[in-house]
Amino acid sequence: MRKLNRRQRLLLGLAFSAAFLIIVCVWGILGAEAARATDFSRKNIPPCLQYPFGTDWLGRDMLARTVKGLSMSILIGITAAAVSAVIALLLGIASATMGRAVDSVVSFVIDLIMGVPHILLLILISVALGKGLKGVIIGVAVTHWPSLARLIRAEVLQLKEMPYIKIAVKLGKSRWHIAVKHMLPHLLPQFIVGLVLLFPHAILHESSITFLGFGLSTEQPAIGIVLSEAMKYLATGKWWLALFPGLFLVITVALFYILGQSLRKLLDPGSVHQ
Amino acid sequence: MDEKRVKCGAGSEDRMDSPAVNKLSGEKEPVLKIEHMSISFTQYDRGMRQVSLPVIRDLDVEVHAGEMVAVVGSSGSGKSLLAHGVMGVLPYNAAMDGRITYCGEELTRERIEKLRGREIVLVPQSIAFLNPLMKIGPQICKGDKRASAREKLRSIFKRYELDERVGNLYPFELSGGMNRRVLISTALMEEPKLVIADEPTPGLDLAVAKRAMAHFRELADMGAGVLVITHDLELALEVADRIAVFYAGATVEEAPVQDFQDEDSLRHPYTKALWRAMPQHGFHYIEGAQPYVKDLPAGCSFAPRCPQCGPECAREIAYRAVRGGKVRCVRGK
Amino acid sequence: MNRQRVIFFGKNIIRALLLVVCVSMITFALMKASPVDPLQANVGQAALGSMSQEQKEKLQAYWGVDTPPVEQYLSWAKDFIRGDMGVSLLYRQPVASVIAVKLANSLFLMALAWVISGILGFALGVISGMNRGKPADHVIRGYCLVISSTPVFWLALLLLMIFGVWLHIFPIGLSVPIGVEASGVTLADRLYHAFLPALTLSITGVSNIALHTREKMIDIMESDYMLFARMRGEKGWRLFRYYGFRNVLFPAVTLQFASISEIFGGSVLVEQVFSYPGLGQAAVSAGLGSDMPLLMAVTIVSALFVFGGNLTANLLYGVIDPRVRQGGKAK
Repeated sequence: MRKLNRRQRLLLGLAFSAAFLIIVCVWGILGAEAARATDFSRKNIPPCLQYPFGTDWLGRDMLARTVKGLSMSILIGITAAAVSAVIALLLGIASATMGRAVDSVVSFVIDLIMGVPHILLLILISVALGKGLKGVIIGVAVTHWPSLARLIRAEVLQLKEMPYIKIAVKLGKSRWHIAVKHMLPHLLPQFIVGLVLLFPHAILHESSITFLGFGLSTEQPAIGIVLSEAMKYLATGKWWLALFPGLFLVITVALFYILGQSLRKLLDPGSVHQ
Repeated sequence: MDEKRVKCGAGSEDRMDSPAVNKLSGEKEPVLKIEHMSISFTQYDRGMRQVSLPVIRDLDVEVHAGEMVAVVGSSGSGKSLLAHGVMGVLPYNAAMDGRITYCGEELTRERIEKLRGREIVLVPQSIAFLNPLMKIGPQICKGDKRASAREKLRSIFKRYELDERVGNLYPFELSGGMNRRVLISTALMEEPKLVIADEPTPGLDLAVAKRAMAHFRELADMGAGVLVITHDLELALEVADRIAVFYAGATVEEAPVQDFQDEDSLRHPYTKALWRAMPQHGFHYIEGAQPYVKDLPAGCSFAPRCPQCGPECAREIAYRAVRGGKVRCVRGK
Repeated sequence: MNRQRVIFFGKNIIRALLLVVCVSMITFALMKASPVDPLQANVGQAALGSMSQEQKEKLQAYWGVDTPPVEQYLSWAKDFIRGDMGVSLLYRQPVASVIAVKLANSLFLMALAWVISGILGFALGVISGMNRGKPADHVIRGYCLVISSTPVFWLALLLLMIFGVWLHIFPIGLSVPIGVEASGVTLADRLYHAFLPALTLSITGVSNIALHTREKMIDIMESDYMLFARMRGEKGWRLFRYYGFRNVLFPAVTLQFASISEIFGGSVLVEQVFSYPGLGQAAVSAGLGSDMPLLMAVTIVSALFVFGGNLTANLLYGVIDPRVRQGGKAK
């Protein structure tokens, strides 16, 4: 096979990551029953051919639980990140276009949110909303938008100064026309990349807050729950309970990162030189 | 090192020529000789395809000891890459081909890494090329704190009439008038045999630009070979010994400055056009623009704008010697 | 020029104070919004018995239904500034003394991790940036990708599993040996117990600073002044020492001060896994047990540290960079 050039390698990585993530999600949704099925005749089996990830103290198949947990975490993470990205888009554009007052208010709010460690803020929000799924999603959505909002703000500010935009304004084009015809094509790739790069963060925070016991109940086996249960059995030597779900969580998050970074490199006009 | 310096420097063991007599005599090895230099970049075209962009296609130039040669080409034509190529600091996605000889020996990667900053120095075009967080003095001395370095710095400052306090300033604190002199000071810390000046007069007013050029002339008169890369033909004519004209990635003519006194003694139609474009010769401008490297015509790259263009111009054109100069044109004589 | 600097410092300090006040207000509002009523959840039980009359009244004043929220906040804030942070419902002690103990434990841990991750991350970032595209760069970037994809708590679990459960080298939890008087705890004991948590935090803290430093280093390597330095024959260590170091150090130090928030967040998770009795663990127990006074105090203390870090970063920038220092015309 001939050597692939950089772009082709990127595209390959992108396709692979996307495929893996989609498979995990679909499998997790379809395999909900298997993740919950208890069977005391197969308790505490270390990893073997039949149960590659082993089984737990209730005889549940850890592979099924891992996949189910991951798919839940991915879906929750994506939902929260998407909400967050919309907030970022609105506030980013608002602070770039609606004058100095709005700009300083938004930047103050950003500083405020960055001022409390994310996990602590998630705990606060979760307590305020009485724990549960809602708290997790809102918490992650509220804490993750600042970096993307800053990016969009900077981008819009830069675009506003571009000669071709200024000329369009002088030519009397409507704001709508300028926004859609001239700004959107530049903003959209940035926004999509920013959105995708929010996913891994959101998933990590979702799993962390769930791990601490603020998120979902034990009937909803998100990956954080699976791992926090595993921690209780750590001292008894059941290493597989924590190892495999965690490892797959790492892989999932890493693939999201790769997905986002490949997208960025493909969409970045400067990448023609590499 | 001193021995070697004499060999390819101003004179050989039997004769001590004055530098001015030296030029183009062909007997001595030039300090720098560039033959068929090409520099290209790989880029992505549309989608997944990679293409190669030749920014410099065929560049030939020679610099002798004690001589000042100017490579003249319009702004943005990739002349600076010539300097980067010689100094061995091209970006990683650039590929260079051709042959560079320094004092008769090929200038390999290892060799330039040893020589640059010592025998071969470059004077950059602006203070953006100085470390913003290092004071001028230590920067010129490259951090050398020995007494000898400090002594040398003092003498250089004296030479260029710079106050000693300038050494304690950061680059952003320099005034416009000092910039040029500070930059050229960097070249004098060592005893260079070859000085390359990359666009030494960017946007300067005439008086300052003339003074900057004069400083380089001085270096040549001291025995170094000086290669000036510039867009300013008029200024180059005032100080240089020879001019190499650069057009669309290639040198099209090399001529002694005297030839520029008269249009007829020039060899290439582009040089003649440049000549006519000078204010004292009527300010005639040439129609058209330099072609972009991606869509160069086959054969002569000036053909689309040339008044004497004929069918023979579509072939590969050789760079040949004519009347003590060189030309890349089938009609040049 | 000096006046400019005073204004610059003053502006930053005022902004930081304003932010802390806002954080306290928002936290208070969030706590008020919680469906769990702390008086009913905690005080209705044994807690009430152990409280003095005065404490009960205060609790009533903060959380009671009969006073308007703004008044509640003001009375809480007044006490807080005086150093009376209320009584922890879980620990049955004044919040101030709970925080003092936990903070001391946490600070020790976080300071260790902060310094180690800062130095290590800076070094890795520089190596990576200077060797862009070479094997060292690939390895360091790979490491950073894996680390930033790894949840802190899982890394903690993993290390606990390997060193605590499996190899029995390090203790499974707590900041000091059990059953030893506070005065009998040596520095060695503390280091021994803080080692795994600090290791976890250091490992995870590295990736952010390393990646950031790498980007800066690449920018610097591609800068005109680096190009010129190379053309003057500089290379290797000298190139870094004279042309790269100062330029890349400033942003790295600034970032490290500005990233205190992350190390605080990480410590919450790490302390939970290692049962290390620090501020983070207190936050988790307070959240789970609806101990509002403690949770609020933890939040505000963390915010103080984060804003303190940001403030230091801003001020440092003004002090270190000559371009800002002399005339404030930074880019």
